[in-house]
Parts: sequence; C-alpha cells; structure tokens
Amino acid sequence: MSTMSTESAMSTESTEKPQQAKPKLAVYKFASCDGCQLQLLDACGKLMQLADRVEIAHFLEASSRVEPGPYDLGLVEGSISTAEDIERIHAIRKECRFLVTIGACATSGGIQALRNWGQIDDFLSAVYASPETISSLEKSTPIADHVPVDFELRGCPIDPGQLLELITSVVLGRRPKLPSQSVCVECKSRGTVCVAVARGVPCLGPVTQAGCGAICPAHDRECFGCYGPAEAVNLVSLTSFYEQQGAPRDKLTRLVRGINGYAQAFREESNRLEATADGGAKGRP
Amino acid sequence: MQRENHPAGPGRCQVDGSPQAAVGDWVWLNVADLQLLIDALRHDGRRVVGPQVADAAVVYRDLERAADLPRGWIDEQDGGHYRLRRDEAAGVFDHVVGPHSLKNFLFPARETIGRFLREDGTWRQLDDLPPEPPLAVIGVRACDLAGLAIQDRVFLGGESVDPGYRRRRESLFLVAVNCRRAAATCFCHSTGCGPAVSAGFDLALTERDGRFACEVGSERGAAVLATVSAATSLLACSHDEVSAARGQPAALEQAMHARQEEAGQPKPRSLNTEGIRDLLFDNLEHPRWEEVASRCLSCTNCTLVCPTCFCSSVGEVADLSGDAVERERHWASCFTLDHARMHGTSVRSSTASRYRQWLTHKLAGWIDQFGTSGCTGCGRCITWCPVGIDITEEVAAIRDTAGQKESPA
Ligand code: SF4
Ligand code: SF4
Ligand code: SF4
Ligand code: SF4
Repeated sequence: MSTMSTESAMSTESTEKPQQAKPKLAVYKFASCDGCQLQLLDACGKLMQLADRVEIAHFLEASSRVEPGPYDLGLVEGSISTAEDIERIHAIRKECRFLVTIGACATSGGIQALRNWGQIDDFLSAVYASPETISSLEKSTPIADHVPVDFELRGCPIDPGQLLELITSVVLGRRPKLPSQSVCVECKSRGTVCVAVARGVPCLGPVTQAGCGAICPAHDRECFGCYGPAEAVNLVSLTSFYEQQGAPRDKLTRLVRGINGYAQAFREESNRLEATADGGAKGRP
Repeated sequence: MQRENHPAGPGRCQVDGSPQAAVGDWVWLNVADLQLLIDALRHDGRRVVGPQVADAAVVYRDLERAADLPRGWIDEQDGGHYRLRRDEAAGVFDHVVGPHSLKNFLFPARETIGRFLREDGTWRQLDDLPPEPPLAVIGVRACDLAGLAIQDRVFLGGESVDPGYRRRRESLFLVAVNCRRAAATCFCHSTGCGPAVSAGFDLALTERDGRFACEVGSERGAAVLATVSAATSLLACSHDEVSAARGQPAALEQAMHARQEEAGQPKPRSLNTEGIRDLLFDNLEHPRWEEVASRCLSCTNCTLVCPTCFCSSVGEVADLSGDAVERERHWASCFTLDHARMHGTSVRSSTASRYRQWLTHKLAGWIDQFGTSGCTGCGRCITWCPVGIDITEEVAAIRDTAGQKESPA
C-alpha cells in the first residue's frame, strides 16, 4: 500500500479532473465489521497493478493519508445506524461521482438490521452497562435509503474478484460484468449436489444472487443469502415448498431474515411468514 | 430396436482369451472383473469416470476402484426430492440417473476455448490449450445415450462443428448399463429413449444374479475386453442367457407402461408426445404459463441438469495488463434475464415467458431445429427443480385444456 500512498501524494489536487488524471478512489466505513474492507486489502495485491490507473485517495484502513475530494469512485461499507451517519453519507454523496455500496451492511442494512424487528432500548439495556451513553438510531438502514446509489456490490463479505471487476470497469468506463442470476447456476456449474433436493435442507440459493461461487452448498450446507435477492425471485413459492416438505415455519423465517433480512424481497417474505404463522402480525418494520 | 446379431455359442471366448469376443458377442463379467475392466480402460491412458455415492447422491466421479461403485444403493426420486436408501439386495447399478450426465464432461460448465496474447501491438492466438486424456464413462443409461445422440446433432451436426466437443466425443468410451428399475421421475418409456440400451455403446452391461451379461458394441469395446480376458477367462453367454438378459429391460419397459399411482408413493411419470409440437405452439397464450410461473423460481436448475440443453455464453477475460486474454465459454440458461437481453433490455422479462421458452424449445422448437425432441425422459429436471415443477404435468395440463387463452389483462 505504501507505493500507492506515495503515488497519491504526488497527484494533483485540482477539483476539475484533467483529461489524463487517474480516477480517484475513496473508501468509507459506516456500521460494519470491516470484512469488506479486508477483502479490498486482500485484492490490493492485484490492485497494485491498477495503481498506475487508479489513485487510492482515501482509504483509512490502509493509510492515514487522505487526499481531498472530489472523488471519482466512492466505495461505502456499512449501514446507517446513527444520526451522524446520515449527515456524513450526504456529504460523501456530494464528493463522489460514482457511489457504490459494498457488502450486505451497506446494501441492505446488514445483520445489525435484525434490530429493526425489535425495540432498540431492549437491546441497549441488554448489551451495554450504561445504555444512556449510546446514541443510536432505532433502525439500521441501507445507504440507498438515504442517498442515491449507483451500483451495489453484494456479498458478506464481498468477493475480491468482483470488486476488481467493478473498479476495472469504472477505470475503463464500461458496465461491470457481474452476475445477477441465482446461486444455483454456480452450484450446478461446479457439479455440487443440491442440498435442498438431496438432503431436504432449505436453501436460499434459488433466490440469492450469484457471486460467491456457491461455497456453502459445496460444503454440504445451505445458502443463507449473503449476496441478497437475485434478479427474479419467487420467495413465496420456495418457502411454501420447503414448508410442504416439512421445514418448520420459524426456521424458514429465520433463514430468510438473516444477513440480508432487511433487503426488500427478503424482508417482505419473513414478514409474510411471520404474519401468516399464527394468524397475527408481529412487529413489522 | 433389437440387434440382429447372433450371440456367440457357449465357451467361444473362454480359453486363454482366444478367440476374442467380437462386436455383437455377449460374455459374462463377474463383479471382480469390473476392476479388470477399469484397469484395462486406464491402462490405455483413459480417464475413467463412474457412478459413486458422494454428497448424498450418486454422482459421476473419477473411478479407480470398482469397490467405489454404488453397490447396494437405491435412489428415491420425486419432484424436488432425491434420497439415497441402503438396500443390501440391490446390485451395483440399481440406482438410476443422478444430477450429473455426460453433458458435464462433453460440454463442461466452463471451458477455455482460446488464448490470445498481445505483443508489440499485435494479437496472436496461442494454440496450447491443455490436452485432455480420452474419457471412459461407466454406467451410462439408455436415456444418457439418447441425450448424447441429441447433443451430437447440436454440436456436430450441420455446418458448425464444436471442436472441443468433437475431440472429447471421438475418443469417448462408453460402458452402458441396462436399467433394472426406474425412478418415479423416469419416463423414457414415453419418449422411446429407454430403458433398453440399443446402440451407441462400446460395452453394455445387464446385471443378472450378481454378474453382468456384457454385450460388445464396438471394435474398441472388443479390444478392451481382450485386455480383460488376458487377465481372466471370460465365459460367453449362451443363447438363452442372452435372450434372458435382453428380456430384462424389455420387462421393465412394460412395467413402466403399466405403472399406476399408489397412495403414499411418488406419482409415476409419463408423457403423451402425440402431436406435441403443434400442441405447444398452438397454445402459446395458454393460462397455464402464468400458473406455472407462480411456482417457478427462474433458478435455471432444470436447464443445467438437462442432458440436452446446450446454451452457453462466451466472454473474454483479460488480465489486468489487458495483454493476455482468455476466451471462456460457460453454461447459460433461458431462465436468466441475460439470455434474452438485447439492446440493454430482456425480451423475456417474465417468468412465464421464460418457462414457455424452455418447454416449447425442448419439446417443440427442437423438432424443427434438429429433427428430434430435446427430451429423453430422464426426469432430471423434475427431481432437481427445487420446487418440484414437473415437465410431464405441465404438458398434460396444457393438453387437457388446449385452446384456452389468457384473457387480456
Ligand atoms: S444447493 Fe441451494 S444453491 Fe445449490 S442448486 Fe440447490 S438450491 Fe440451488
Ligand atoms: S427435459 Fe427433463 S426429462 Fe427431458 S431430457 Fe431434459 S432433464 Fe431429462
Ligand atoms: S431450453 Fe433454454 S437453456 Fe435449454 S437449450 Fe433451449 S433455450 Fe437453451
Ligand atoms: S422449473 Fe424449477 S428448476 Fe426450472 S427454473 Fe423453474 S423453479 Fe428452477
């Protein structure tokens, strides 16, 4: 990374991008585990080859040196969880030409969005010794609920190869070639035996976007949807079939309400499952 | 479709491997001889693939030991349902078809079809694609052979021949197996593709009382058997034994025609193929397409497990310098939006239109395109559909209510 920082230190500070200038990249963090940024660091070996084409101007996890904006590409990790987050994401949107959310937190609210189905005060008093010192919004929400987002890079965490493809496409000014079909495509392509059909394990693969390479089914377990909803989803059909095959309703609700549980299609389905389970609607965010 | 050959008389090829079994002859192989068969195939430099129990199913894997064949395993299949069950009385090949087919090997999910290098501003194609050993597959069924014949028309028929497919196909050695039982999802008796193996194999095995009546289907098959008979003496099947072996799949076929629905058992499938092309093309606006779309996930599983589906997409993958490019082909499916994307928009945006594309291409358009249906009746698309959508049921529903039209919304 040091090479990149040195290079960026030499770059121009002009706000109007000169024709030949390298696109400036900025990376931001909100409520998240940092896993997606780690994937970015992981991709840096290859990213070095891009160093003469991109300038990493703002990436605190890698270097404390910050080049001022505006930036050509902003990568946002994490969900909006505090009042300050809201102000900050609006400022970031203004300084980034392309804004891309990376990972489940930024794209759908993340695992922390499970709190959206409960009472924030209950969690605060259960978790923190002095809950009065915590100032948190009631809900964890995706970036796109607050500002327009140009592209979503899915995954929990994101895939370094996909990230590289995204950055390359921004550099070259073309559309990123990233899959939008279901995980089943990757599962069948690697010759994995379907865990849903052969083991009766409810799997979210048919409604989840490809990108991970179907890692979980290849290790004998179900897909739990970390790449979020695929291009066309029919959750009602899938969960109804699993239920008909004997899967308990609460298990299905928990499966759909997971890492991407607050993504619209998954959220609506877990709410539906819950609302129709015992005839009465529960807390529905 | 029975062969005309007269089987060898008893004892004809038992002494010191001479005289050898010829095309059309039948010899007995014992279970122990299967290892000799695998060894003989491998000895010739072939990669041998055969059915094995792995990941809760019978799948095709590289096979070195005959002991790894799925002896004593039975598969129960239904829509969206596959379970293996132990049955000590079951033979080596009493499972039927699993999620894999010959397609996985001849038309692999991913294939590099070209490499290109830019040097001094000029592009050059490298012709050093990695060599593949010739392949032998043990355990293919009548429907698999039918699927192969259909893919042959796609990849080798007509003007454009697929070079990779041809390379693999020409050296392919096939040890076929006559089915002794059928899954509820099997309907090869309706499509005329099975269950009897009739042509297109090098060797064909019929399991009888713990040993295998082996029919020689090709010169290559005879040559491999000659290697086996160098290690052990092989007994020729008698005329009556050949008749009995031939009668076995014939009896299964009759039984399949007679199958009835039983309470608590998966429904046995069949497909009425009469006039099926016109039936489907005349019912493009039938309300059933919307009905099945309410269940279909557009997940692609049916097309990817289907032994005849051939769609692929080709793309270039460059390294970051942009100077080394690989052209890759990978499986595609008409259930994805990308499959019908033109000018940035998908012309089959609804699941109903995508399901209709699958069914009408498979069972109707295929006939115009290749002179044959695209369906062998293997039942894979039924079993491996995560919500159990059943091609036979969809056709029957349209047939029962043919002529209905979706009322304009
Ligand atoms: S295991 Fe899951 S992802 Fe794989 S084919 Fe089955 S349903 Fe699809
Ligand atoms: S359409 Fe279904 S039953 Fe017919 S060949 Fe394909 S997978 Fe087998
Ligand atoms: S049914 Fe669909 S995936 Fe299969 S060959 Fe036809 S268009 Fe291709
Ligand atoms: S018919 Fe079944 S396997 Fe095929 S796309 Fe629809 S849900 Fe998937």
